[in-house]
Amino acid sequence: MAMPFYVPPEQAMKDRADYARKGISRGKSVVAITYADGVLFVAENPSATLHKVSEIYDRIGFAAVGKYNEFEQLRVAGIRLADVKGWQYAREDVNGRMLANAYAQGLGGAFTEGSKPYEVELLLAEVTEASVELYHILYDGSITDEEGYVAIGGSSEAINTALAEHFTAGSPLEAALGVARDALSSAADRAVEPQRLEVAGLDRTRGRRKFFRLEVADIAGALGEPVTDRGDVPAEVAPGAEPPEPSTQG
Amino acid sequence: MRVPRDELPAVDAFDLTGSSFSALAQRIAPEVWRGMTAAVPIEHVEGTTIVALVYNGGVVIAGDRRATSGNVISKRDMRKVFEADGWSALGISGAAGPAVDMARIFATELEHYEKVEGAPLSLEGKANKLAQMVRANLPMAMQGLVVVPLFAGYDPRQGVPRIYEFDAAGGRYEEKRFATSGSGGRDARGSLKARYRPDFTFDEAVDAAIESLWDAADEDSATGGPDLVRGIYPLVAVIDAAGYREIAEDRIAGRVETVIAARRVV
Repeated sequence: MAMPFYVPPEQAMKDRADYARKGISRGKSVVAITYADGVLFVAENPSATLHKVSEIYDRIGFAAVGKYNEFEQLRVAGIRLADVKGWQYAREDVNGRMLANAYAQGLGGAFTEGSKPYEVELLLAEVTEASVELYHILYDGSITDEEGYVAIGGSSEAINTALAEHFTAGSPLEAALGVARDALSSAADRAVEPQRLEVAGLDRTRGRRKFFRLEVADIAGALGEPVTDRGDVPAEVAPGAEPPEPSTQG
Repeated sequence: MRVPRDELPAVDAFDLTGSSFSALAQRIAPEVWRGMTAAVPIEHVEGTTIVALVYNGGVVIAGDRRATSGNVISKRDMRKVFEADGWSALGISGAAGPAVDMARIFATELEHYEKVEGAPLSLEGKANKLAQMVRANLPMAMQGLVVVPLFAGYDPRQGVPRIYEFDAAGGRYEEKRFATSGSGGRDARGSLKARYRPDFTFDEAVDAAIESLWDAADEDSATGGPDLVRGIYPLVAVIDAAGYREIAEDRIAGRVETVIAARRVV
């Protein structure tokens, strides 16, 4: 009978962390940046329909990088938790901290006890009258409270450096979007076009539901660039040539 | 992948109730979901008039404000018209507790679906969902706690307003022109029948709604008329290409004064 090998816990945790980080580093990054009216999520996402950013509740937004099926499951779990709490108690009793804790517990549990850790990194934002709470939750359940801006995903270090250089608190939406886009572009070593950006956010001046999403035309308008349709195929593409990037990547 | 059950509820990808809030609530909080079971009919609040009518750009839905318990007026400023989501509204009649509850759950249901699926339900889908909720209430209806909603909405994809009527058993009937419900519904319907034109403008539709509620309150003791002393007026909402909005109270007050002036006999 084969004897199970002894693996020290340090090694086991390190292996898991390496595994999760490897999965996450393959994806493209997401930036959260505060602006005058709230917070903006900016992601490089070639797909117009498979979102990385989503509404969770009235004042709470969610963004994720990593494995799509895993963060989609976590996103739905968050919506469920928020909607049930808001229905059992009151809408104002649902807050970002509670959800961030739930995610941290869930991810931490899966990291130490599950057969494989989640290959995801999450951002949770809550906008209030005076401030924006930004929670950054890692694959192992560790959680940090961020101030002003944060980037998650593969090239987050380079993006965070670029953001630190150009971020100004309380700037208008257009300026914040420009800073986020430039940071994403600098890390990607090419200009990220508006049709490859997914932009959504929380705007405290809106009604009950603060979440909004910008269409390609709005993004291009805010960046002061010409509008090109998402998925436009250049006319000169010859038959059999490299097809445009499939929309399931990201 | 094993996830501790208490921490992250597992999401089953092919669960047919996956985007339904009421199914979720029923599963995880059954004690809160239907805590109310009465062995005998309990005293409850009912009696209402709700009217909805299609005009040339959308649909108007309006309701009186009175709640009664037997022959007692139990509330004078009751809200019976609720925003379901940005494109639809429901007016409720029947037992007040379960009816208000149904409106709240229905609104959560629509928002939950929209967030999980990333797109709102079609208007037809919303009406079918509401019909299922009315049908699920049938055991309570048998005990006397009947809830009958009237559903009005605007389909932004097709650009058409629609009205749906329901019966206590969950039957769903689309109405092309106008519909009424509640104890004063018959009187309001008679009033609308005489006045209604499909080419009503927005203002004409609001006036017709106010007048039909007046006629209902004139005949039905369980329907409240405008309360000029306390400044309580019918609640009138409109859903058109711009979505749901409620008409400001001072504007309703102005229209009510006009209706009353036209009907004054002495």
